[in-house]
Amino acid sequence: MTQPILVFEGVTKRFSGAAGPALEALDLTLEPGGIVGLFGPDGAGKTTLLRLAAGLLRPDAGKVVALGHDTRREAAAVQGAIGYMPQHFGLYEDLTVQENLDLYADLQSLPRAERPQRYAELLRLTALGPFGARLAGQLSGGMKQKLGLACTLVRPPRLLLLDEPTVGVDPVSRRELWAIIERLVQEGGTTVLVSTAYLDEAQHCREVVLLREGKLIGQHQSAVFTAPLAGRVYMVPAGEGERRALQRSLESASDVLDALIQPEGVRLVLKEGGAPPAGAQPAAPRFEDAFVALLKPAGTGALPAAAVRRADDPPSDGEVIRVQNLGRRFGSFEAVKGVSFAVRRGEVFGLLGANGAGKTTTFRMLCGLLPPSSGSLSVAGVDLRSAPAQARGHIGYVSQKFSLYGNLSVEQNLGFFSSAYGLAGARRRERMAWALAEFELTPYRRVNAADLPLGYKQRLALASALMHEPDILFLDEPTSGVDPLARREFWQRINTLAAAGVTVLITTHFMEEAEYCDRLVLMSLGEVLAAGTPAQIRARAAREDRLHPSMEDAFVELIEQHEAGLRSAA
Amino acid sequence: MNTRLVGLMRKELLQIVRDPSAIAIAFVLPVVLLLIFGYGVSLDAKHVLVGVVVDAPTPQTQSFVAGMRRSEYFSVQTFSDIHRAREALRERRINGIVWLRGDFSRLALTAGDAPVGVVVNGVDANDARILEGYVQGVWAQWLEREAQLRGGRLTLPVDLQSRIWYNPAVRSRDYLVPGLIAVIMTLIGALLTALVVAREWERGTYEALMATPVSMREILLGKVLPYFVLGMGGMALSVAMALWLFHVPLRGSALVLFGSAALFLLAALGMGLLISTAAKSQFVAGLIAIIVTFLPAFILSGFIFDIRSMPEPIQIITHIIAARYFVAILQTVFLAGNVWSVILPNGAALLAMALFFLGIVARLSRKRLD
Repeated sequence: MTQPILVFEGVTKRFSGAAGPALEALDLTLEPGGIVGLFGPDGAGKTTLLRLAAGLLRPDAGKVVALGHDTRREAAAVQGAIGYMPQHFGLYEDLTVQENLDLYADLQSLPRAERPQRYAELLRLTALGPFGARLAGQLSGGMKQKLGLACTLVRPPRLLLLDEPTVGVDPVSRRELWAIIERLVQEGGTTVLVSTAYLDEAQHCREVVLLREGKLIGQHQSAVFTAPLAGRVYMVPAGEGERRALQRSLESASDVLDALIQPEGVRLVLKEGGAPPAGAQPAAPRFEDAFVALLKPAGTGALPAAAVRRADDPPSDGEVIRVQNLGRRFGSFEAVKGVSFAVRRGEVFGLLGANGAGKTTTFRMLCGLLPPSSGSLSVAGVDLRSAPAQARGHIGYVSQKFSLYGNLSVEQNLGFFSSAYGLAGARRRERMAWALAEFELTPYRRVNAADLPLGYKQRLALASALMHEPDILFLDEPTSGVDPLARREFWQRINTLAAAGVTVLITTHFMEEAEYCDRLVLMSLGEVLAAGTPAQIRARAAREDRLHPSMEDAFVELIEQHEAGLRSAA
Repeated sequence: MNTRLVGLMRKELLQIVRDPSAIAIAFVLPVVLLLIFGYGVSLDAKHVLVGVVVDAPTPQTQSFVAGMRRSEYFSVQTFSDIHRAREALRERRINGIVWLRGDFSRLALTAGDAPVGVVVNGVDANDARILEGYVQGVWAQWLEREAQLRGGRLTLPVDLQSRIWYNPAVRSRDYLVPGLIAVIMTLIGALLTALVVAREWERGTYEALMATPVSMREILLGKVLPYFVLGMGGMALSVAMALWLFHVPLRGSALVLFGSAALFLLAALGMGLLISTAAKSQFVAGLIAIIVTFLPAFILSGFIFDIRSMPEPIQIITHIIAARYFVAILQTVFLAGNVWSVILPNGAALLAMALFFLGIVARLSRKRLD
């Protein structure tokens, strides 16, 4: 009989200023071995749980025992035997890769004699060998995460705690990170507890812990979570052009719990006892279906059609945004290298790429916030260099951080943004009433923006950007850091706006969100790797052994092709 | 020696060397401050613009005005009547008025004591007081000379013979530059330390650090020791500039100088670390450090403004400013020598403050995030 590696007994943790407890009377036992995934919507308490396990927080009630040590009394003993990688792993960016490793080897008191062998092993595992002398600050996002992991693993820990290690990382690095973690478990007998926002990562986990609002919803193998959904998951095949309309209509059907756009059509999760629509083919349930079925609040069906007016003077040729050979340098660094694309009226157009691909820089140039170093671009028929103010009148912009005023109420925020866009009098009142009703913000209208739940913040940001009825909407990573449920709702709204004729340009690093776009460009390190409809891009990664590659497969494949091209050119 | 501590200190050292802002605060800023205060700022009034109004010109008034013109302290401008001079004073074209009334010559000849009207612009209190003193000096000299010319004796009741000790040339640089060392060390000890710890919070490096077996004592020592060395380096640089660039005399011992500097630096490091336990963003930490350590070191330490001339409540407040004790030691050791009756009590106060702040930091710092 083995001793459990981590035990939570009736653990409650509150933070001053927060409404409810971050964790409430939580009981959890982890047996040693394998990878355990920690899942849950935003604010479920995943980070708090990991910090408690690492002895960095003290429970208000109950106790946490890690590796047989009470974290309250024997924090030092716990920290000597675990590895913990926080969400934003603190690498010393002005230290080199090797110096960061040296520091953690010193901190973990790894004997000098063992270091060369361990370093070699870690550098092989992370493929960071050639970069030993590079400053950590100059590594790509994926490489930073791998280095963070390597630092955590300098002395092989018995329990490894990872807080969203793959968030915002490109798919190639994401796969590599998982490969490292899996090898670690096989070779070293380490137990890994990893929190993640990517539901498909449940496939790597021996066991899944599901949290919501600080409470344990379940702790099982992911198959146990999906079992109740047998016979309730279907795929309705549909072509690329019709998926969004189909999704909208299916979402409002009374039997349907969830409808999701997929490469082949629309995936349905039915309510218990629901009947599938004609033509639907049964599909195997996935963990994501279970997550949605367990956590999606009841009664959130489809949204009403958006009442957005189209602007009066549509450019004649139907191309609303035209970008040619756009480039931007920051000193010697080329953030965007000769990007070209065109977006047609009423299209949902995606810029897809990992952090650091140049998406945000491209965006800022499109909004006239940043002058391009080279190339030309026009938005709504206006050259941004000559008349940026005029172009901005057509644009609604939601930035990555939602640019809301946290200490103003919902109403005050809307009021401010409408006056910023020059609305006044009856027109302003009318638009504010529209925003409150359309985004179901009325119950929150006197709540300060900072105190809103994340999903509502996102709604308010979107509403603020739509006050002046722009015909083009720019959305910069609107779904970053947002849980799967809020992301679904957000895409529903985008869908509705697009149906009303608004042109939407959106950036994202979630590969599966590409399916919502009519067309997209795939970006990496400032360059466009591929452009076209999702199906066209996926098709570029098709091989004999992989007839239906996913967008993520395509991304990985295209990056590899691109790098091979660079190498042969050099 | 403990490998964890060595690792932490090596990391800190590498960061200091590679971070331009740390180098700027530790070395560039001190040099700039020293140059500004050594060359640019002078509290000695020279060539002060003075308006002279002579109601009735006579040989006596002429010789008095000539005496003023000879003095390097004044730059004389004559006015035909007092109203114009007042106008000029109001518009700040001149800093003061010397008014020789109609009866100046008569009284000078008969009573041997000629009254001079002096109006100074009190807006700049410092300049005003200096001006007043200088005019008095010129006046006394003139009276003496006049008396000698007439073969008589000076009728002043007291024969004033002033000697200025310790700084005979009355160069303000000689006491500003030593005092400035306290300000510079506050920058390195408190501001820089508060900033680098806050940066670790911001970048998430502290969270990662805390989850390792390293102890809080090691984390704190890993900060204190490198910045102590850096601060003493800044101190040595400042002393070297004071001695060889500005030719400030050092009459006391270097040992006392560096010993008291070490105590003061420990107190400053304690304050910096204390600030960083409360302020976890660089912006807030920087603001707090400037307001509670840097500005008081500048204004309330006696470095520029004499503490004894401050109002009573402010004087009391200065007792909690560590820089005050250090400035007192610095100015004494540089200009007067090892005056133990000044050095010992001030040194004891520095020691107490260093122990107090470091003690509080050690108590408050927990290896936890809540």
